[in-house]
Parts: sequence; structure tokens; C-alpha cells
Amino acid sequence: MRPTTRKRLFRGVLYAIFIIAVAVVVLLADWEAISTNFFNLEVAAEAFPTVVTEAAKNTVIYTVIAFIGGMIGGLILALMKLSPVGPYRWVATAYIELFRGLPALLVIFGFAFAVPIAFEWRPPGGSTGAGLIALIVVSSAYIAETIRAGIEAVPKGQVEAARSLGMRPSWTLVSVVLPQAFRIITPPLTNELVILIKDTSLLFIAGMALGDRELTTFARDTVSSQANSTPLVLAALLYLIITLPLTQLVAKLERHNKRGR
Amino acid sequence: MAEQPRTDVPAIEVRKLCKSFGDNEVLKGIDFHVDQGEVVCVIGPSGSGKSTLLRCVNRLEEPTSGTIIVEGVDITDEDTDLDKVRTRIGMVFQQFNLFPHLNVLRNLTLAQIRAKKRGKAEAEETARRNLDKVGLAEKAEAFPAQLSGGQQQRVAIARALSMDPDMMLFDEPTSALDPELVGDVLDVMKQLARDGMTMMVVTHEMGFAREVGDRVVFMDGGVVVEQGKPEDVLGNPQHERTKSFLSKVL
Repeated sequence: MRPTTRKRLFRGVLYAIFIIAVAVVVLLADWEAISTNFFNLEVAAEAFPTVVTEAAKNTVIYTVIAFIGGMIGGLILALMKLSPVGPYRWVATAYIELFRGLPALLVIFGFAFAVPIAFEWRPPGGSTGAGLIALIVVSSAYIAETIRAGIEAVPKGQVEAARSLGMRPSWTLVSVVLPQAFRIITPPLTNELVILIKDTSLLFIAGMALGDRELTTFARDTVSSQANSTPLVLAALLYLIITLPLTQLVAKLERHNKRGR
Repeated sequence: MAEQPRTDVPAIEVRKLCKSFGDNEVLKGIDFHVDQGEVVCVIGPSGSGKSTLLRCVNRLEEPTSGTIIVEGVDITDEDTDLDKVRTRIGMVFQQFNLFPHLNVLRNLTLAQIRAKKRGKAEAEETARRNLDKVGLAEKAEAFPAQLSGGQQQRVAIARALSMDPDMMLFDEPTSALDPELVGDVLDVMKQLARDGMTMMVVTHEMGFAREVGDRVVFMDGGVVVEQGKPEDVLGNPQHERTKSFLSKVL
């Protein structure tokens, strides 16, 4: 058999396997069950508009709060980790290692239940607020490492140039180092944001009041009350509508950064 | 209290300067000075310590021991306001080190505003005047990445000049440039020297040292081996090490 013939035959076999596999799925699947359980238009219609006006909106709000809080905490921790003062470095390192090593779910659980009971603490915003604080605490640790890497990626000559012009360390940091560091870390930071969007789903463990529910909590509640899984699919679609543009943006930024260098 | 700069003393005076990086002794007791208005070119093989000496003069490198006095102000004294002294010492780097996130104009105004507390209008006027001096007035809005190496280095010189320094330090300013771009940068430096600027230039450009330098200092192995008028040091070197170095570069 000639090599080209063999190649063509192999290609044909691959297509054949694929078509057979699709045929088996199509024939064996219970389309009736799938459409009534996952794509039930009546259930979907009932979920509107709450799924957008409450659930999706809250997912976005929680993400923004956790991200802004995480950026502030992360920046402080990154600067501590780069500090010439030993104890600051140790505290930052311990914090970062601790909260990157723990499951976010455990931290949320701790802030929502363990800490309030132990210290008779009433978290602002109830258990949702406690969960959000936990998300900020965890995202700070991840974002700190990203920011630190960005600061260290700014060439030493930039600091030398600024200092040789008589600029003080604080101004050098604010006007020369940080703007360049944030440019470098825009892709990984956007990635953190996408991860955070999905991590807001963990807030369900905190037990949320009716108006506080985000997409996953809303979907779970509606699935049990309607005895139908369509809200799950709806939530999934809404997550994708939020995350897909962002992941596309990351890819675009990475291409752009590569060209700039 | 930091002392005020004086005009009746050398611009730069270095006494018994030693600098080690770990076990590596780079400067071994250097005595060196630059008079006001003088152009001193420091030459020598790589690893001779000439760049380290220059970087000690504005304390980008921390001296291990010794004294550095700039316009009568001891900058190795802990009480000296180093940032203030640095505004009087312009520095030009081998790798230009322009701020890539700022356009040319803002590269020139940033330190004027932040370190010299100048107003925006005054800073921009000074910046444009110095851009004109280096022949790049039309590049004010460009970003560093859009400029050639030679243009970037001229912008870097204009940035240093915008602080109205009393002296300029040049750390191998043409070594990172393509050969055809070296001339423009040297022309700017020659003009500066003609205008009476005090200059310390670490360089491999022997032609420049001969033409512009008031004095040439040859360094090797962390010590000053020989110094004097350019025509003497370059034309009639006394030491074996100077002769051997010059025979390789000339």
C-alpha cells in the first residue's frame, strides 16, 4: 500500500469512528428527558427576570467587590513581601502561603459561621458579607503574588533612572514601577478575575437571604423548588456570557504583550 | 542640615573609595576628582571598575568605604539629603532607561514635577527647550518604543538636562547603539562640553576622549593607573597596562 493511500484510509477510519459515535449518542439519548429536564421553556420563562436582575447582577457585584478588595489587599501584601523590614516580609509570606493553601470554601465557611460564633461578631451584610470578606481574604493572597511578580519584572534600570533624577522611593514606585508592573500583569490579573467570578458560587455555603442570591445559589434553589434542572443550564449560560468575553480579552492582551516586547 | 553646593571646590572629589561585591573587590582605594567645567573621560578594559566608580558618584552603588564629595557636600554622610544632591547630578545610562509607559514629554517632566516641584507649564517649557537642544523637538509626543536607539539616548540626555544639573555622568552612553547612530549622540555631548558642562564620561570612544576630554583617566583592576591630557595618555602612555589596552582598542 502506498503511503498516501494509507494516510487517506486512516483519515477515513477516523471520520467513520466519529460518525458512529455521534449516531450512538443520538440514538441512545433520551431526548424527551433531556428537553423536559434541562431545556424546559416554561421553567426558564419563570426564572426570568429574577435570574438576571437578582442572580447575575449579584454575581457581578460580588465579583467586583472581591476583586477590588483583593487588589487593595494584594498590593499591600506584595509591598510587604518586598519590604526591607524582615517582619513585614514574614507576615506577608505566611499570609500568602496560608490562604493559597486552604480551600476557599473552608475559609468562607469559617468567616460565615465559625468566626461570628466564636467572637459574637456580626459581619456587615450578614452571612453574605462574611462570605465576601472571606473571598477578599483569599483573593488578596493570589493577587499579591501576581503583583509581586509584576513589580519584580520591571527592569532595575527603571528604578535607577528615577532615583538618579532625584525622585524619592515612594514617587518612583507610584509613577514608574507600578504603572509598568500593572501593564505586565494585566493578563494574569484578568485571569484572576475570571477565577473570582466562578468562585463567587462558593458563597452559597454561607447561606444567603432571598435578594442576596448569586447565580449558583439561585439555580440550586430554583432546581429544587421546580423539580427541574433548566435553571442550572440557564445559570451556566449566564456564567459563560460573563466569562467568555474576559477569557477572549486575556488571549488578546497576551498576544498584544508579546508583540510589544 | 544638608550643605549648599559650592562653586569654589571640585565638582566631584573621591577619596580612598573602595567597593566590593561580596568577595570581589572592584574598586581598591580610588582617588579621583572632576573640576567644575571639566570634561573627564574614564577609559579602561571591561571589569576595570570604571562604571562602578561612576555609579558611586551619585550613590547608585553604595561605597564599601571612602568619601565622595559633590560640590563640597559629602554624599557618603548619612545626614545628606541624597535625593536633593541627585537633582544636581544628571545621569545617562548605557541602556537609556527611558520610562516606556510615558511619552517623551512626560519622561522629561516627571522628575521636574515630582523632585524639583516645578509647575507643569514650567516643566514642559524646560522639557521642550532641552528636546530642541538634542534635535528632537518634533518627538515630544512619541513613545520611547517608537524611537531609534540614538534618539532614545538623546531623549535620555534631554531628560537629565531638564533637571538643570550642575554636572553630567555618562555611563558608556554609546555602547548599546548601532554604529551609524553613535555620531548623533556624540555630537550632542560635544555641544554640551562646548557649553561648559562639567562631565564625567565612561566611554570606549577614544576619538571622543581625544577631541572633547580635558583629561583622560585610565583605570584597570580597580585602580587609576594613569591620567593626564588626552594627547599624553592616548598618544604617549607611560604604563605598560595603558599601552597594552590602547594597542587593542586604537
